[in-house]
Amino acid sequence: MMERIQTTAPLLEVRGLSIVFDTRRGPLTAVDNISFELAPGEILGVVGESGAGKSLTGTAITGLLEPPGRIAGGEIVFEGSRIDNLPREKMRRIRGKKIGAIFQDPLTSLNPLFTVGRQLVETIQTHLELNREQARKRAIDLLAEVGIPAPEKRIDHYPHQFSGGMRQRVVIALALCANPKLVIADEPTTALDVSIQAQILALLKKMCREHGAAVILVTHDMGVIAETADRVAVMYSGRLAEIGPVTQVVKAPRHPYTKGLMGSIPIIGSDPGRLTQIEGAMPRLTDIPPGCAFNPRCPKAMPQCTITRPEPLSVGGSRVACLLYEGETS
Amino acid sequence: MTGTEALVSMQGLKKHFDISPPLLERLLERKPVQHLRAVDGVDLEIARGTTFSLVGESGCGKSTVARLVVGLYQPTGGSIRFEGTDVTDCPAGEPPAIRRRMQMIFQDPYASLNPRWRVRDIIAEPLWSYGLVTDRAAAARDVGRLLELVGLNPKDGEKFPHEFSGGQRQRISIARAISSNPDFLVCDEPTSALDVSVQSQILNLMKDLQKELGLTYLFISHDLAVVYFMSDHIGVMYLGRLVETGPARKVFASPQHPYTRLLLETIPDITMARRERQPVAGEVPNPIDPPSGCTFHPRCPFANDRCRREAPALRDAPSGARAACHAVEEGRIEAAPLLATV
Repeated sequence: MMERIQTTAPLLEVRGLSIVFDTRRGPLTAVDNISFELAPGEILGVVGESGAGKSLTGTAITGLLEPPGRIAGGEIVFEGSRIDNLPREKMRRIRGKKIGAIFQDPLTSLNPLFTVGRQLVETIQTHLELNREQARKRAIDLLAEVGIPAPEKRIDHYPHQFSGGMRQRVVIALALCANPKLVIADEPTTALDVSIQAQILALLKKMCREHGAAVILVTHDMGVIAETADRVAVMYSGRLAEIGPVTQVVKAPRHPYTKGLMGSIPIIGSDPGRLTQIEGAMPRLTDIPPGCAFNPRCPKAMPQCTITRPEPLSVGGSRVACLLYEGETS
Repeated sequence: MTGTEALVSMQGLKKHFDISPPLLERLLERKPVQHLRAVDGVDLEIARGTTFSLVGESGCGKSTVARLVVGLYQPTGGSIRFEGTDVTDCPAGEPPAIRRRMQMIFQDPYASLNPRWRVRDIIAEPLWSYGLVTDRAAAARDVGRLLELVGLNPKDGEKFPHEFSGGQRQRISIARAISSNPDFLVCDEPTSALDVSVQSQILNLMKDLQKELGLTYLFISHDLAVVYFMSDHIGVMYLGRLVETGPARKVFASPQHPYTRLLLETIPDITMARRERQPVAGEVPNPIDPPSGCTFHPRCPFANDRCRREAPALRDAPSGARAACHAVEEGRIEAAPLLATV
């Protein structure tokens, strides 16, 4: 599986992406020089605490970054061509057709004034050359596929007539209706109850596999990542701390932050007495320390960590941004 | 369980909210009177020095139980006792001798601290209102001690809440809650708004304080892993009722009620990477119009006619816990342990 991913051309390449917010007190760097690739059909989990820049990365890829935020550096290459500098109108055609998006709150991503059918048909007709009849037929098929009972009746209902879980199913149908190559799912299950969460994750995985779409799954829930993703990117203070295959990052994390993060999650069936603590909190964007952003909280910080900013280096099958691994690059 | 008497107990606790349409609509359009049974007959006992956790999905009534216990809501029926004293119909803050000993920590540390007050005044408020201090010097001394106890700097008392991060704010909430020297803390989703690395700090702090001060917790959460870490006893709630209750380790090792099994099966688990899910169909029904009989029957794979007709009561189950399920009682489901690791 891994070999196949490495030999095919990447679907998406993010190279040295930086996102800056211009404020009255000067520019704030929210995402700082991150690079990663995504193979066709791959599920990449992006995990981190609030403010780590994980949602912004997804927003930048979909071209939905709003001022005062702006891409200050780097490039986003999708299917071999740059999409970060496209004019609004051109990007709008890619978004929806080639890149679908699923957001946290299904109530705000659906228009409450239109029936779900009208929203689906409109999106389908914008991106695919189908007449009204055919588009409606496709919408009904999609609703059936995402597990909505009686789709031919439900298609004429308004978003408020659906429950939270059903609404998120509609949003998934909407994101996949033009057969996109990439789906950005930003906290798609955070607003849902646990028993519904499982249904939606299974559905998202199944639908993307069947439609051949790659997924960037942004979440703060390591459990969701462990079950769903092929690879994981761990973000901290707008930087990439570690990126690698999910089993490696979850079972044998290398970066001290990932280690701390994994140890701080309570696990059913293990009784540690106390949880691992990472002292302090993630720094605000205004006072990110020099060197490694994690150094004030890091149990293994060395004097060098306050001076040199570590670049992600290949260690095993992962890339880790930590000076501890300087000598063992492979 | 220390074997001592229960510090807090509830019998047949009920809270029904009147959600009827306005009188005129009822008269003109013949709309019926409607009640939402948020809590519908809950019995539980919390032993001194232990943690009892309530788990369940949103709308199951767990937060309503929390608010009933501290007197923020008046119950519709049933009783609440604190050290054997009936506090059922006492309004919030009454009687002060007992209310001083029960405090609450809320979910959202951004909404539960007054942004216009300095931290020292927030923490000192219970001290003044229960008459535990009489002069400013004593209050300042106590506030400094409390801030240190929760891992903050005594100088932080001069600051305002907006100068702190979410985790630090939750520490301030905890300092305020323990300032009146309580025995019993009701913690309503205290870490749900926090990031995991901060969540572990707060959970560790709560465990340390429990040991140091001999606190008893009623802990409310929807996160089963957090509940497993914190609790001695748990109660699983579904549509206003307890469906299973017992020692936490026993319930997790061998869940009896089909709903408990569903919850345990569906949580994303970081130890079982790449496992295929068996998603369970269905959603929580509308609590305004709950299903007949056992309210879980529309989603239950073991439901039969009796389940649709008759509501089950909590009975001793083979695992040592108590479950409200006809199928468990009749032995229709084999009580196979789900988690071999526990």
